Amino acid sequence: MTGSIAALGAGLAVIGAGIGIGQIGGKAMEGISRQPEAAGKIQTAMIIAAALVEGVALFGVIVALLGNK
Amino acid sequence: MDFSHILNSKKITLSVVLGVFLTVFTCKAFAIQEKQVPEAAVENKETSKFDPSATILEHIGDSHYFHVGGHIAFPLPVILYTDKGLEIFSSERFEEGEKAYQGKYYQYALIKDKVKAVVADGKTIDETATVIDLSITKNVASMWLSVLLLLIIFFSVASSYKKRVGKAPKGLQSLLEPVILFIRDDVALPNIGYKYHRFMPLLLTVFFFILINNLIGMVPFFPGGSNVTGNIAVTFVLAVVTLIVVNVNGNKYYWKHIFAPDVPFWLYPIMWVVELAGIISKPFALMVRLFANIMAGHVIVIALISLIFIFKTLGIAPVSIAFTLFIDVLELLVAFLQAFIFTMLMALFIGSAVEEHHH
Repeated sequence: MTGSIAALGAGLAVIGAGIGIGQIGGKAMEGISRQPEAAGKIQTAMIIAAALVEGVALFGVIVALLGNK
Repeated sequence: MDFSHILNSKKITLSVVLGVFLTVFTCKAFAIQEKQVPEAAVENKETSKFDPSATILEHIGDSHYFHVGGHIAFPLPVILYTDKGLEIFSSERFEEGEKAYQGKYYQYALIKDKVKAVVADGKTIDETATVIDLSITKNVASMWLSVLLLLIIFFSVASSYKKRVGKAPKGLQSLLEPVILFIRDDVALPNIGYKYHRFMPLLLTVFFFILINNLIGMVPFFPGGSNVTGNIAVTFVLAVVTLIVVNVNGNKYYWKHIFAPDVPFWLYPIMWVVELAGIISKPFALMVRLFANIMAGHVIVIALISLIFIFKTLGIAPVSIAFTLFIDVLELLVAFLQAFIFTMLMALFIGSAVEEHHH
């Protein structure tokens, strides 16, 4: 087996982000279906929260990239 | 200064900007000469595999040359502050990193894209020399271009506000007014409160600086494509500005919350450590978030393009281009989003430092 263990780290980071963004998306859908008139506001908040989660995942990717050198 | 005539005229404004940029930064473009390599080396080169990670790291990193395309690059000035004095010369002297250059005080060479003082053989790093590199690199040049663009845009908008008092906005002004109002009404006001007025210049500057650098970074041809906001030094400075602004404007409630929170006194030592870590970690998160997002965007785009060279077939090209287009559209969203999130979190931190106590 060849390769770097850093790739495993990047994969683990992506799992975390997947769970996070999945939760955010799911709850936003729920919120929109309960209150369709608030869809715009919910979407904005959802995108911000998703970007924050993605940021944390990218921390992991960066560390993996640095560890790969 | 009034630059509005530049943008109000029907002529293409980009040529003016590019003209200024090129006069400032370049003496002459040069064609990189095909190197004379021995036969064996050529064979070796053909059989050697394409290395995507080296390509990616080269593209997202900084450089002493501004590549236009193919084998054409603009050399940029190298400014070195050594322990013996200042050295200024063009990066053309290195001839694409092939040769060492004998400066006034030391001999210099490009080692892994960094200027290093070397000993006589031109390969080994001279450990005795202290060299601080203050060069105008690709990122600096690109950042100056974006600053120039911002100055032209905002001086023209400001002058049209002066000229058109009480009238509806026009042209560029009507493009930017909603964005500025958005920063004021949806970012500054809710997060900072009634004292928002003092921080508006800072928030607007940071927002438009990050936004324009993100957008210029997405342009795939010269003079775009440099990874300015995806460079940790740039985001570090932005984060340090946030750190200073938040702590200088912190009122007594902010400092009381840090040094004398409402907890039993024997918890104070722990709370101090936690709160001081909080002061540092907030700007740190800002720094890494912007850096990682923009850098990851560049990496993904180049990795997808690299697929063509990894599979060595044109058949994969349509797939690769389609994915790249998709990622580029996503990155357009990310460019706005990251500028917005940076500004919003900055406003939030400032707000937490200036808010009045309410219990």
